[in-house]
Amino acid sequence: MKVEHLSGFDFGAAELDPSIFFETAASRLASGGRALAYFALPEGEAHRLVMAVGFDREGRIEVYSTQAYGPFRALTPSFPQLHLFEREIFEQAGLKPEGHPWLKPIRFNTPGAVPGVADYFTVHGSQVHEVAVGPVHAGVIEPGHFRFQCHGERVFHLEIMLGYQHRGLEKKFIGGPDGRSLHYAETLAGDTTIGHGWAYCGAVEALSGVNVPPRAQILRGIMLELERLANHTGDLGALAGDVAYLPAASFCGRLRGDFLNMTALVCGSRFGRNMLRPGGVNFDLDAALIHELKLRLENTFRDVQSAVSLLWETGSVADRFEDTGVVSKEAAEGLGLVGPVARASGVGLDTRRNFSSGPYEGFTLGVSGSGDVYSRAYVRWLEIQKSAELIAGWLDALPAGPVEAECGCLKADSAAVSLVEGWRGQICHFALTGPGGKFRHYKIVDPSFHNWQGLALALRNGEISDFPLCNKSFNLSYCGRDL
Amino acid sequence: MIKALMARWKQGYRTMEFPSAGLMLPPRGLGLPKLKPGRLEKAAAACPYGALTAGEKPGLDMGRCIFCGACANAAPEAVEFTREYKLCASGRGALVITDEDFRRAESLGAGLRRLFGRSFKLRQVSAGGCAACEADCNVLQTIGWDLGRFGVQFAASPRHADGLLVTGPVTKNMELALRKTYAAMSSPKVVIACGACAISGGPYAGHEECAGIPPEIPVDLYIPGCPPHPLTILDGILRLIGRVE
Ligand code: SF4
Repeated sequence: MKVEHLSGFDFGAAELDPSIFFETAASRLASGGRALAYFALPEGEAHRLVMAVGFDREGRIEVYSTQAYGPFRALTPSFPQLHLFEREIFEQAGLKPEGHPWLKPIRFNTPGAVPGVADYFTVHGSQVHEVAVGPVHAGVIEPGHFRFQCHGERVFHLEIMLGYQHRGLEKKFIGGPDGRSLHYAETLAGDTTIGHGWAYCGAVEALSGVNVPPRAQILRGIMLELERLANHTGDLGALAGDVAYLPAASFCGRLRGDFLNMTALVCGSRFGRNMLRPGGVNFDLDAALIHELKLRLENTFRDVQSAVSLLWETGSVADRFEDTGVVSKEAAEGLGLVGPVARASGVGLDTRRNFSSGPYEGFTLGVSGSGDVYSRAYVRWLEIQKSAELIAGWLDALPAGPVEAECGCLKADSAAVSLVEGWRGQICHFALTGPGGKFRHYKIVDPSFHNWQGLALALRNGEISDFPLCNKSFNLSYCGRDL
Repeated sequence: MIKALMARWKQGYRTMEFPSAGLMLPPRGLGLPKLKPGRLEKAAAACPYGALTAGEKPGLDMGRCIFCGACANAAPEAVEFTREYKLCASGRGALVITDEDFRRAESLGAGLRRLFGRSFKLRQVSAGGCAACEADCNVLQTIGWDLGRFGVQFAASPRHADGLLVTGPVTKNMELALRKTYAAMSSPKVVIACGACAISGGPYAGHEECAGIPPEIPVDLYIPGCPPHPLTILDGILRLIGRVE
């Protein structure tokens, strides 16, 4: 059935006969559809498979579901973008996707599963060797285990094993919304507090039918773009650091903090915690704050411009960025990559444009690239400019009115798909309510869920020394994927 | 090259003074809480984490608090958050704010201070949180904060570290790695629990997937917050090694 992004819908109408379900899904994915979410919904002893497919060009979503009592037909062999979804269904519900090439655990949360201990892809032959790193890394970063299958310096394949950050988030939404639900959303990935917080609020608002006042929508937009500015600026600095170009690295490190401090100026928290609430926002801007924000934005943006332009003008930087870690457009589409990473490979998906709503009506941003580290860096710079322009425009024309609306009870037996373009890419929250209007299931898809496999591809035939650079150019979330 | 030098000149000198008089959290920030005892029931009922206790022995446990402000919104007459960033404590119990004065973190004994006071290397282990604590530790290494000027640095290996800084609720999947990292450090060594998750589980307290810091890894410094502001982290670390009073 057809569904609108950000409106509640009657979930029962999405049911199909099993054979029709798989045929429909396959034909839709073959004709330009992209899986937004695919999961097993518990129903008594049985399960129901639910798939949400997005059609980016038309900005349309379709949802199909079917009963499943046991093994089901894997679609991964034809549609690699489903590989992790099907593995997740196997791990969470025990339903086996027949024909899936490899059911490697995702979060190591089933009895007997030991994190990092599983079959992994290996390469054999003389002079072939393996380098293992993690889960504790050299820097102050999240835990993950990586194995490089190498021949000399050349990397044939990078095996990525995660799950160390798994803290059991999704199931804690069930029975909500309650006093903790929003905090769970805000801490799905701490650097994407506004992105995930907004996706959660969007789902709740769709299910309760409340309209968010225009002023609150714009304030949310300001916060989301500040989040993007902070992270993109930090990423460009980190990329500079990884090719030992210290001026841009140290300038951008400081400037990232300036953007975080602007966020804190609005809501008290550098990460945007406590800003959002279902129905609106908790903090408003007065004339003095608007003035202060504009001033800071102008100054900080000018400094970012001077720091980042050094990157494009320095030969040694270009030499390391160009042609490193290439992900082709075909590969990006096949794997369903999202966000700046996909755009740098020439995939034209941006939720703000393809599924635009609220403050993003009419949003445009043309991006394309050749899929290397340089493109992933340059796309970020294009987006930094756009975000600064958006915020400046919004601060000049903030509509008057309230910043919150009363959010009532959620509709019973309904569902909502909520999409937000976080700084890493498309975030999808799929919320389902039961007869009492409480969450019966809550599915979260962080952009990193799609993109980790892209990093493995980027490393193919590269060198181990390219890893830090490729890794930074993706800068994926471990906690957002592990939940 | 000339452009890089010009940019350097334009960007200027940006390292902040620390500690300095008048440093505070931003105006809307939530720092050290203040209680007005006797009327806490409404505020306590509003807390989703049981961090606030009304009744006989009223208190706000900063180790469990995620600074969401729900209590102060529900009962502004009972709880107030100041802009004070000095929140760290040496003992778990000291994190409970009552009507008595808050006891800030104390420095290590004279012997350890002599060892670590001028050069203190930390190994950070990230174990299941949302990575915001990590981000605010990382920011201390940027030029704005320049942690290195105090002789404090994050080390790449536990073998090179004097202290272990833990973030996150320690998921069961990370418990072994944390134990191994601690065991790999040579003695004497100190442990810092950074953020509500590491101290109490934070928003994930009680999740079956989380184990918490095992008792064999004794904590010397508690840095509350969700995440703690970099000012709070820096203040705590410097207090621990006796660099601020
Ligand atoms: S601010 Fe802390 S004590 Fe108050 S409601 Fe939130 S978690 Fe509870």
